Amino acid sequence: MRKSAADRFRHLFNRSLLLRHHHHNPPPLSSSLSRPFSSMASDSPFPVTAHNINPKVLKCEYAVRGEVVTLAQNLQKDLQANPGAHPFDEILYCNIGNPQSLGQAPITFFREVLALCDHPTILDKSETQGLFSADAIERAWQIVDQIPGRATGAYSHSQGVKGLRDTIAAGISERDGFPANPDDIFMTDGASPAVHNMMQLLIRSENDGILCPIPQYPLYSASITLHGGNLVPYYLEEATGWGLEIPELKKQLDAAKSKGIHVRALVVINPGNPTGQVLSEENQRDIVEFCKQEGLVLLADEVYQENVYVPEKKFHSFKKVTRSMGYGEDDITLVSFQSVSKGYHGECGKRGGYMEVTGFSTEVREQIYKMASVNLCSNISGQILASLVMSPPKVGDESYESFMAEKGNILASLARRAKTLEDAFNKLEGVTCNRAEGAMYLFPQIRLPGKAIKAAEEANTAPDNFYCKHLLNATGVVVVPGSGFGQVPGTWHFRCTILPQEEKIPAIVTRLTEFHEKFMDEFRD
Amino acid sequence: MPPKPLDYVSINENVKKSQYAVRGELYLRASELQKEGKKIIFTNVGNPHALGQKPLSFPRQVVALCQAPFLLDDPNVGLLFPADAIAKAKHYISLTSGGLGAYSDSRGLPGVRKEVAEFILRRDGYPSDPELIYLTDGASKGVMQILNTIISGQDDGILVPVPQYPLYSATISLLGGTLVPYYLEETANWGLDVNELRQSVAQARYKGITVKAMVIINPGNPTGQCVSEANLVEILRFCYEENLVLLGDEVYQQNIYQDERPFISSKKVLMDLGPPISKEVQLISFHSVSKGYYGECGQRGGYFEMTNIPPQTVEEIYKVASISLSPNVPAQIFMGIMMNPPQPGDISYDQYVRESKGILESLRRRARIMTDGFNSCRNVVCNFTEGAMYSFPQIRLPPRALEAAKQAGKVPDVFYCLNLLESTGISTVPGSGFGQKEGVFHLRTTILPAEEDMPAIMDSFKKFNDEFMEQYEDNRGYSRL
Repeated sequence: MRKSAADRFRHLFNRSLLLRHHHHNPPPLSSSLSRPFSSMASDSPFPVTAHNINPKVLKCEYAVRGEVVTLAQNLQKDLQANPGAHPFDEILYCNIGNPQSLGQAPITFFREVLALCDHPTILDKSETQGLFSADAIERAWQIVDQIPGRATGAYSHSQGVKGLRDTIAAGISERDGFPANPDDIFMTDGASPAVHNMMQLLIRSENDGILCPIPQYPLYSASITLHGGNLVPYYLEEATGWGLEIPELKKQLDAAKSKGIHVRALVVINPGNPTGQVLSEENQRDIVEFCKQEGLVLLADEVYQENVYVPEKKFHSFKKVTRSMGYGEDDITLVSFQSVSKGYHGECGKRGGYMEVTGFSTEVREQIYKMASVNLCSNISGQILASLVMSPPKVGDESYESFMAEKGNILASLARRAKTLEDAFNKLEGVTCNRAEGAMYLFPQIRLPGKAIKAAEEANTAPDNFYCKHLLNATGVVVVPGSGFGQVPGTWHFRCTILPQEEKIPAIVTRLTEFHEKFMDEFRD
Repeated sequence: MPPKPLDYVSINENVKKSQYAVRGELYLRASELQKEGKKIIFTNVGNPHALGQKPLSFPRQVVALCQAPFLLDDPNVGLLFPADAIAKAKHYISLTSGGLGAYSDSRGLPGVRKEVAEFILRRDGYPSDPELIYLTDGASKGVMQILNTIISGQDDGILVPVPQYPLYSATISLLGGTLVPYYLEETANWGLDVNELRQSVAQARYKGITVKAMVIINPGNPTGQCVSEANLVEILRFCYEENLVLLGDEVYQQNIYQDERPFISSKKVLMDLGPPISKEVQLISFHSVSKGYYGECGQRGGYFEMTNIPPQTVEEIYKVASISLSPNVPAQIFMGIMMNPPQPGDISYDQYVRESKGILESLRRRARIMTDGFNSCRNVVCNFTEGAMYSFPQIRLPPRALEAAKQAGKVPDVFYCLNLLESTGISTVPGSGFGQKEGVFHLRTTILPAEEDMPAIMDSFKKFNDEFMEQYEDNRGYSRL
């Protein structure tokens, strides 16, 4: 009888952790704050210096892998060289939604199918049946047959392999109860490139604005900056569980218009990142109406659609909501993003995703296709995985039971960790933390005493950054300061993932609690 | 009713302006015809596996095992996978931080970047720093990232060869920069004349453009020439004098079909020149798993290596890379294996060498068959495909054909290629998609169709061409260079 895949994966993973200490070679990048001004000054003869590169590149920021993370990597290097030099023996990366880097096991069925598609010559060998489940072999056959010449190494159609898009469209249909067209699907290396494509398409100049939630996932702010546009913020209401209020949307839209900004689109992240709220259907209907009335493209980031942890909320796609309101292609332009990186599958490293684009003209579709074609296509393995995510094993399939068990365990564990960490944060002095109804993050608010804020100013750093660096140095836990996501001015937050392995959570809670008490003791007014 | 944001009139002009013929009009027409049941031979894109080239066995075995690491502990795994593939899979899993499903470092797995650096050292004889090697989802993504870093606006010019692979023209257009063309000389085997470069730069500067970078594609695409060492020295000196960063697209470095001009990397030539040039010229070199003998286009694996780029700029490039989180991990493993292949004595060594050599030798033969086939047509002149994967014959069209094209509302080479497609099912890309001198027409085809199909394909082409010429020729001769 085969050992459970999760057990064997864990065993391999732990071994790789041990081996990694010998292999890992973190970068020598030091904090840009402390770097002395380079000798490559403005009189440099070089064509490419920090002074003459694209200023949009200089302007954009992405805190998820920013300063605190760089410091953490240096600390990690130091830990290897001098074990015992710090009050912790490992760095815990809670900065990034990267489940498998923290021990979450991949879904066995998906990996079986991917392995077979990577090496299809073994599909008709009898030994294969002893190593792989029958339905994985069958699914792999189906998939390779949809690929011309069974060539999984060839560039596909620039929107993705047609057969895989058919599968995804069927999956969307089944999820929503409304049809989906495979020609509306554009497969990309993760959802992020699809977001970039939309920003490129929509932003003509700095007079074009995109409404984004604050707090937001900084892909949006960075992408808008890179494409030379204007981020028009709308504030989510922390006091009501990060509620999205239409009056706030309207207020911000009107303010932007009065400044001469053409607001082109509204970004909604549901479930929210970093905020974790799951929108109610009623709220979603109001948002759809708003976009329709104001002529805005609705950009629906739905990558966490499988991550919902509270029984009173359910994920409804914006596609479903618009269609159930009777709105079709002529009424609203909607772009929905999905990814293989999140959910219960957590396959970040595969870079798989797609956008479903509805409600635009043929000529614009041609332009989107044209842009996609310059990069030829997204990686095939990621495409296959996206089709699996949208059409997993069904009742009666050989792998169904084990698949459901793996999926259920992962989601239940995520829900437990979300609750445990939320409760822990709420017990800390001056800290409040909204529930993570979905996604993978907690975003507690820390009320920093005046003394701490002053110390941060003296250290020439934002107060939440100051707190996070202290937290890192004391506990080895890496979180991202709220300023990386945006927050109401004068409030401070940090984003922490719920992803460390469940058995490590109690120790993390203890360390965090002890650190926070000491910090408040030191800086209490 | 005001136009909506995603109405055609409202979208980004740069998007509308940019063109990418490789999957443009001809390809779309070919796809339509295919749907209608016509047999199409797609020679529009360098996509070897789509035309029957098999993937190498060893990398596929390794990556399959990495995808499903639970196999590694199964006692029966040895029945399907050789021991060295199993060992290699364990090696690569140990280089990841959580297997194939975790985002890696935004620059790529450090262990793989080390393997790339070691490959470069062996190839060039000069050390390479893994910290300055970034893995990307295909070389194209790397090119886009670098051009985005260089181009601030329309006053920034990038020297691009004509003919060129239209990734460059499309990306420069998308980014709102200016393409500064320099013409390769067809009669001199697509050679590069430094005087031509100087002229192009002078003209651009006169128009107020700051020329910042120069692209070379070596071996060339679509032109197939292998740049000589002497030419590379000239180019590097030119970049030094004119303060340009050199972008060296070297994705076809393993596709060399003659022995007079083996591949030599821009990095090696730069280092050979010694200081001050070797310490001052900024160079970015690109490579990929899509070409060579791997042909693994669908994996989307590539890298760029930075030379003499200031640390602050490197940090900015890293920052932008981090927004996309990480390149896909399976392709990074393909790259690692390509850089660090089986060695003599390894179980899979013989098979690996046999498979690679088989592919390269066949490509060499096909390059010859195709060139000769084109040259046997009286109105076609075709430089030999010294490297890369394409043939770029010049088709001389008689005045009546030009007239007919005009009537049909098509550029002459598009007209010719559409007719070729409808007649024979051969889907090519018209030369206008790559750029060419005024009044001179080409088409690009790949040398990738299976060797056994080549003679029939060339016959089919010749038959079509002769009939086309019959139809449009008059006794007064046809268009000349």
